[in-house]
Amino acid sequence: MTKINVNVDGVAYSDDVEPRTLLVHYLREQLGKVGTVVGCDTSNCGACTVDLDGLSVKSCTVLAVQADGSSVTTIEGLVGDDGLLDPMQTAFHENHALQCGFCTPGMIMAARDLLRSNPSPSEDEIREGIEGNLCRCTGYQNIVKAVQAAAGATGGPA
Amino acid sequence: MTAVEDRPAAEIGKSRRRKEDAHLITGRTTWTDNMTLPGMVHLAMLRSPMAHATITNIDTTEAKTHAGVIAVYTGPDFAETQGNLPCAWAPEGLVNPGALAIAIDQVNFAGEIVAIVVARSKAAAQDALEGIDVDYEPLPPVLDMEEAIKDGSPLVHPAIESNKSYTWVFESGAAGTGAPIDDALANAEITVKRRFIQQRLIPAFMEPRSTVVQPSGDAVTIWSSTQIPHVLRTLLAATLGLPEHKLRVIAPDVGGGFGGKIAVSPEEVLCVLVAGKLNKPVKYTESRSESLMAAHHGRDQIQDITITAKKDGTVTGLDVHLFADMGAYLRLFGPSVPVLGAFMYNAIYKFPAYRFVSEGVFTTKTPTDAYRGAGRPEATFAVERIMDELAHELGMDPMELRRKNWITHEQFPFTTVCGLTYDSGNYEAATDRALELIGWDELRAEQHKRRESNDPVQLGLGISTFTEMCGLAPSRILGSLAFGAGGWEHASVRMLATGKVEVVTGSSPHGQGHETAFAQIVADKLGVAWEDVELIHGDTQSSPKGLDTYGSRSLAVGGIAIVKAADKVVEKARKIAAHLLEASEDDLEFESGSFAVKGSPGSSISMGEIAFATFLGHNLPDGVEPSLDSDATYDPENFSFPHGTHLCAVDVDTETGAVKIRKYVCVDDVGVPINPLIVEGQVHGGLAQGIAQALFEEAVYDEAGNLTTGTFVDYTVPSAADLPTFTTDRTETASTTNPLGVKGVGEAGTIASTPAVVNAVVDALRPFGVNDIRMPATPERVWRAIHGSSTGGDRAEAGTTAYGGSSTGTSDGGLK
Repeated sequence: MTKINVNVDGVAYSDDVEPRTLLVHYLREQLGKVGTVVGCDTSNCGACTVDLDGLSVKSCTVLAVQADGSSVTTIEGLVGDDGLLDPMQTAFHENHALQCGFCTPGMIMAARDLLRSNPSPSEDEIREGIEGNLCRCTGYQNIVKAVQAAAGATGGPA
Repeated sequence: MTAVEDRPAAEIGKSRRRKEDAHLITGRTTWTDNMTLPGMVHLAMLRSPMAHATITNIDTTEAKTHAGVIAVYTGPDFAETQGNLPCAWAPEGLVNPGALAIAIDQVNFAGEIVAIVVARSKAAAQDALEGIDVDYEPLPPVLDMEEAIKDGSPLVHPAIESNKSYTWVFESGAAGTGAPIDDALANAEITVKRRFIQQRLIPAFMEPRSTVVQPSGDAVTIWSSTQIPHVLRTLLAATLGLPEHKLRVIAPDVGGGFGGKIAVSPEEVLCVLVAGKLNKPVKYTESRSESLMAAHHGRDQIQDITITAKKDGTVTGLDVHLFADMGAYLRLFGPSVPVLGAFMYNAIYKFPAYRFVSEGVFTTKTPTDAYRGAGRPEATFAVERIMDELAHELGMDPMELRRKNWITHEQFPFTTVCGLTYDSGNYEAATDRALELIGWDELRAEQHKRRESNDPVQLGLGISTFTEMCGLAPSRILGSLAFGAGGWEHASVRMLATGKVEVVTGSSPHGQGHETAFAQIVADKLGVAWEDVELIHGDTQSSPKGLDTYGSRSLAVGGIAIVKAADKVVEKARKIAAHLLEASEDDLEFESGSFAVKGSPGSSISMGEIAFATFLGHNLPDGVEPSLDSDATYDPENFSFPHGTHLCAVDVDTETGAVKIRKYVCVDDVGVPINPLIVEGQVHGGLAQGIAQALFEEAVYDEAGNLTTGTFVDYTVPSAADLPTFTTDRTETASTTNPLGVKGVGEAGTIASTPAVVNAVVDALRPFGVNDIRMPATPERVWRAIHGSSTGGDRAEAGTTAYGGSSTGTSDGGLK
């Protein structure tokens, strides 16, 4: 067991973990942060995407011990103290960018990261920017629209 | 036939944002795998690495010594209790060798469960799998359907005489619904035959399947990632001999299904059995690799299609022969999937003669069952591809050929060569709109230019029209087709004291938006606010009766049950309103949620007021019970028949074989839309899955029977970067078979898009002598087709990740 100190969604945790424990398993099984989900075992689907020190990562490709001393934000930590949704959450709701909702936590986290590095992406840049996150329900069209809306882009897709 | 009611003004037709989203976008979800119960233990499954083998010994000694391991079980531990996994289709002559949840002495596909570890943590359970030693005596894999049914083929199941499960035939002459097919074949002026391959697909819902079981005394509660909690409850009772009233099944948040979660799965059965043995709550969640390998697959048919026509293009007959791969076992609806498409091959066309023959074949592969569309995408693909081939043979424009043969809007209701009565539709309107949206004539002109100039990037234009039978299903029809289930749906509408409304449905959503759309219907019916309606579903205790969600049935059947229950609420309220207003019931009119005395403005009472008066019960008419709550069970008399026209323009790079969808336009007619935003979302998702079949996805087995596409690295579900922006529109022809005029939309996009894309790719390559291309039309296949390998070759090729050796595919008869 290895001791780690991690801040998750604004709360400081100090825990013993097996060195092999993946960050996503630590979040789900030890912290009960089940808003972040596991959709595959090859880091293809992106459902487990979280922010690690301000950058999005697939939390199935990070060991919990690598997060020692770091700050993690999950989908559960996006709603502010004021109770307001993150603009990306609002955009997903407004644009019907989710159906079953299983990919949604990871998709929202990845899309936020995309806008941080490229605040006004083109449609192609959005599609390429979220290609590491799979969705089986929406055909991505409304997800692209949501990201455009969150980016403050005007108008829908061509 | 029921008349379509006047379109209510308020909620129906409004693009309400979904009620479901609030918890999904904030991570406050209830996926089954999120559940933790006190004392809960975790299961891991050891799965066969062999496609076909006898189990000669299993040694679990070492596994039992692993830290945290509570128990290790193998097949013999459940020999007396596990029963057989159910198959709900049993026509005369069907050979069903039975299917065990855990193998005892033989495995018949790679991925079949052979042992279970129970441990304190999931990791400990998985670790201990390595401590189980299984001795297998290999048997020859059975992979090719046509080889499998030949005399002398190795048998998948030693106890049955051949690898054929069934032959199911429909012939219009014999059925009395049309002319004899033999006459059509004998007298044909033009005959076109083609063989199409419906490759094996994997539903690949995003949430891996998960089950939690909690025993409590002699009762059992089951949480499962399922589309069918009600069916599961009844069939678990039947399979395991447990009393149904002691079983409660809950489908909490379910992360997609697409048919893949219509199952009584081995894993669910084993969770119930292990929980019972240990008297402890248990959880099992599959990995993605397990899901791709062992959860049921879809499609996998060989279609031999013959169309006959006159020289002027009038079609005279359609002859369909299928080989349908069952995989190793018959799953819940597995063998019936081709039959669900049997009445759709004639599509929107006026074929006078028709024959459909499906042969179900066992192989040593993962069992197949429903995948989005289930039988109907296969049917639409075959007829829309063969129409293009016929047009090519005749030298006719493919759209002209379709126009010549389709049912025109004045001809509805129209009874087809299969005996189905299509109630309504307007194929001309949808087609004209689609042609306009895509700019068809301009694209044709551009195609001509690019052909003339030998442009390395060729343009292809593809058409697919479609109709489907939705709203599964009239119970009597299911009975006549030998299904062991009905097709009704149940609903309750409950008025609470404060005027809020609870609606209970037997439909079981997993992404479709029922909570939003059904509330819109009830809001209009009762004249209450949309926000005041709450939907209860997915728990056999709180929604005790239902047949769940599949086959585009939730709205067209479940929604109508809700309408009928709401109508009863209004009728009960009318009695009480009359009493309170001191008027005759006949003098009351109900509008916008209030009863008013006709011609006497000012004297009215709202549903909320009536609900409260009913709750008090102080002043009700004599003999009237103090309740407005009402139930309804609705059994449709007919299917509904959505239709549409999909057009696709592709750029095909003839140097690399790469296909890029340049424009995709679809105009669907799904009847009256309750929530256009949700309708559009369903179409988008359906298109993505249909396009994925055309261009991206294929489950491939190697020559030993191992799935070589067992992760998302190799089973290539498309990403956002792989798909275009779709242009969608609707025409609206109200269904006349139900009071809302709705038809169903869940499967439409998947059904129509696959042939539209393949027709486009083939259209681009006609100048190269290419008349078919195997799916998925990967760059490699397209390139090979251009360079003289007819349909682009058999399955994956050497050097690709999905390569499975030369003997894995079905024989390629593309241009026989």
